Amino acid sequence: MKRRKIVDWVFSGGAYCAVAVMVAFLVLVIGPVFVKGVGAYVFRGTVENRRMMLEQFGRGDSVAVLAEWAEVRRARQPVYDALRAFEREMDEMPSARRKELRAAFKEVKEGVAELLGPEPGTPLPALTRRIYGQTRWDRAKVKRAHILFEEQWDYSGGDGVRVLVPRAPMFEGTALALVFAVLEKDLEGLLRPRLRFYPQFLTDRSIDAHFFGGIGAEVAGTVYLALGAMLIAVPFGIVAAVYFQEYARGGPVLSFLRSCVNTLAGVPSVVFGLFGLAFFINTMHVSRGKSVLAGALTLALLVLPTVIRASEEAIAAVPRTYKEAALSLGAGQWRTILTVILPAALPGILTGIVISMGRAAGETAPIIFTAAVSVGPLVGLGDVLSHPTPALSWNLYNMCTEHEAADEIRHVQYGMALTLVMIVLALNLAAIFLRARVTRRLKG
Amino acid sequence: MSEQTGNAHVTAVGFSVFYGAQEAVKAVDLGIPSGEVTAIIGPSGCGKSTFLRAVNRMNDLIPGCRAAGKLMFDGEDVYGGNIDVAMLRRRVGMVFQKPNPFPKSIYDNVAYGPRLHGVTKRAALDEIVEASLHGAALWDEVKDRLAKNALGLSGGQAQRLCLARALAVKPEILLMDEPTSALDPKSTARIEELIVNLRGQYTIAIVTHNMQQAARVSDKTAFFYEGVLVEFAPTSDLFTHPKEKRTEDYITGRFG
Ligand SMILES: Nc1ncnc2c1ncn2[C@@H]1O[C@H](COP(=O)(O)OP(=O)(O)OP(=O)(O)O)[C@@H](O)[C@H]1O
Ligand SMILES: [Mg+2]
Repeated sequence: MKRRKIVDWVFSGGAYCAVAVMVAFLVLVIGPVFVKGVGAYVFRGTVENRRMMLEQFGRGDSVAVLAEWAEVRRARQPVYDALRAFEREMDEMPSARRKELRAAFKEVKEGVAELLGPEPGTPLPALTRRIYGQTRWDRAKVKRAHILFEEQWDYSGGDGVRVLVPRAPMFEGTALALVFAVLEKDLEGLLRPRLRFYPQFLTDRSIDAHFFGGIGAEVAGTVYLALGAMLIAVPFGIVAAVYFQEYARGGPVLSFLRSCVNTLAGVPSVVFGLFGLAFFINTMHVSRGKSVLAGALTLALLVLPTVIRASEEAIAAVPRTYKEAALSLGAGQWRTILTVILPAALPGILTGIVISMGRAAGETAPIIFTAAVSVGPLVGLGDVLSHPTPALSWNLYNMCTEHEAADEIRHVQYGMALTLVMIVLALNLAAIFLRARVTRRLKG
Repeated sequence: MSEQTGNAHVTAVGFSVFYGAQEAVKAVDLGIPSGEVTAIIGPSGCGKSTFLRAVNRMNDLIPGCRAAGKLMFDGEDVYGGNIDVAMLRRRVGMVFQKPNPFPKSIYDNVAYGPRLHGVTKRAALDEIVEASLHGAALWDEVKDRLAKNALGLSGGQAQRLCLARALAVKPEILLMDEPTSALDPKSTARIEELIVNLRGQYTIAIVTHNMQQAARVSDKTAFFYEGVLVEFAPTSDLFTHPKEKRTEDYITGRFG
């Protein structure tokens, strides 16, 4: 008796532990993604952000922004003046001293250009990202640190240790000392950070490889691909499930087909990607190159086993007595399936569909070769048959690994990750909600 | 319709049903008289359900089940090559052991059959639904909640709904396989009352384990034993003067 109690206790304790570990894991994984991802939608934006928004998106109160811009320019003028004064000063220095300072000065000058943007009056750079200073306060502080400190590596202890050496002492007594002082004390005056809500991040086009703007094209691509995949997979999946459950009479053909479906479920997704390229694009020529259509077809193939299985389970769970009742009233097999079996199986089928949709939205490998491009405009609904599209999953990966300035757009990467997680989460919640609703309707 | 009494509506001649190699109904000769109530009794596993489900070919659903011999329904060979099974089932209504309403509204349950057979006009459907529910003595209880889901009905109400659903396609014969075995005594009494009321309008065949029930509702009784039709006689005769020893043993409760 006592032993039973202990065993019970151990088992329920184990269950609680498992749940706790799972929750902790979720919090650990989703937590940072959430916190950092929110930074894409809500952040401290500088005057450069407001200026960029006005010029690139035509958003904001132009009079107010221009007035603010004029004030900020006045505040920045001493910095630019000091840079110029130091250049003249340098010309008069003894050459040894000049050599010593030149490299450091160059970095400071470039740093200021990155931080505040090009000096007004100088020709505009070609890249949009160079036209503006730092639009985000968090990035501005990082850039300031690059100006104020020189990064050095100390190898005296064996392993390299990063040390930050202040540059100000090197320039003490020169005109440049003022730049360091202003940046240290009055960066806010130069950039005017203000809290900014940017919900349009979800729908805006991106500018200059995601330096500015939002992820509208990626979101649209993901939605197209996921919906398209379901549009193709659901009819096939349900018909296949009906066949397996209601028509097939056992035998070798059925078990062969079943093992085909099961194998399909176990194939790594990258293989689907290659297959999609080889079959849909190179053999069937559904489009001249990558396209949303080819990607949706490939994803449909990927989720087909899930849809079939979920539908089969749902159909199998429909009480046989419903079927008997319908048949006894003179319904044919198809009528029975359409009017009684499928409606009763709907909750389970819906759940399978929505979960598959989440999967299709998140998959990366199948669309690399068939649908996804790293940079591209928002694809219109009329172009889905022939045009490739950016998509959250692929562009997230791409921007973390291939982007030339991956460090500078962490907020976009996390914003994309959060958006993708939220889309999948929303789909799963929708599944639960739909299921509850339909079940309630069936149960009365 | 007493003038029809005596004509067999369903006639089995040397009729057998097999589940694979097992013969569940063995060369039965039986005529179910038109317009009367015929009870089928017998111990568990003797083939009562199997025989009943042969009449509307519900056994077709069971893999490996086949029939031999002749089974005629209204002059047509039920297992003949050119019979329309859906049409046959439309003419042969069935009420199952466990109430099995669809997970739809009460109205849609009753309207299911008529809709299936092409009635689409709302007024016509309304009429059929009301008449069928009256026929099953359910109208007064559900007339205010026709749009509610049928799964919310009590067991007895659900069984009467199933009866109404069967009546709505205007069958010629009603097959009932232990229609009251899942019901409480009060609901059982109501169903029995209904059967008595429907007598004459429909040919009724009812499988039951309840001897009193058979005695109360039926005109004739068939006693099955191990797949064989042992005795078939007017109910009063069979229960008072069984000709066969096995029948006597069964109705006096010596086995089964
Ligand atoms: N689906 C089936 N597959 C194989 N054998 C079956 C099947 N259904 C019934 N049988 C067998 O056929 C015989 C007759 O069964 P049936 O269900 O007709 O009996 P029953 O008289 O209705 O019994 P009960 O009173 O318990 O309902 C039994 O031996 C049973 O085991
Ligand atoms: Mg039975």
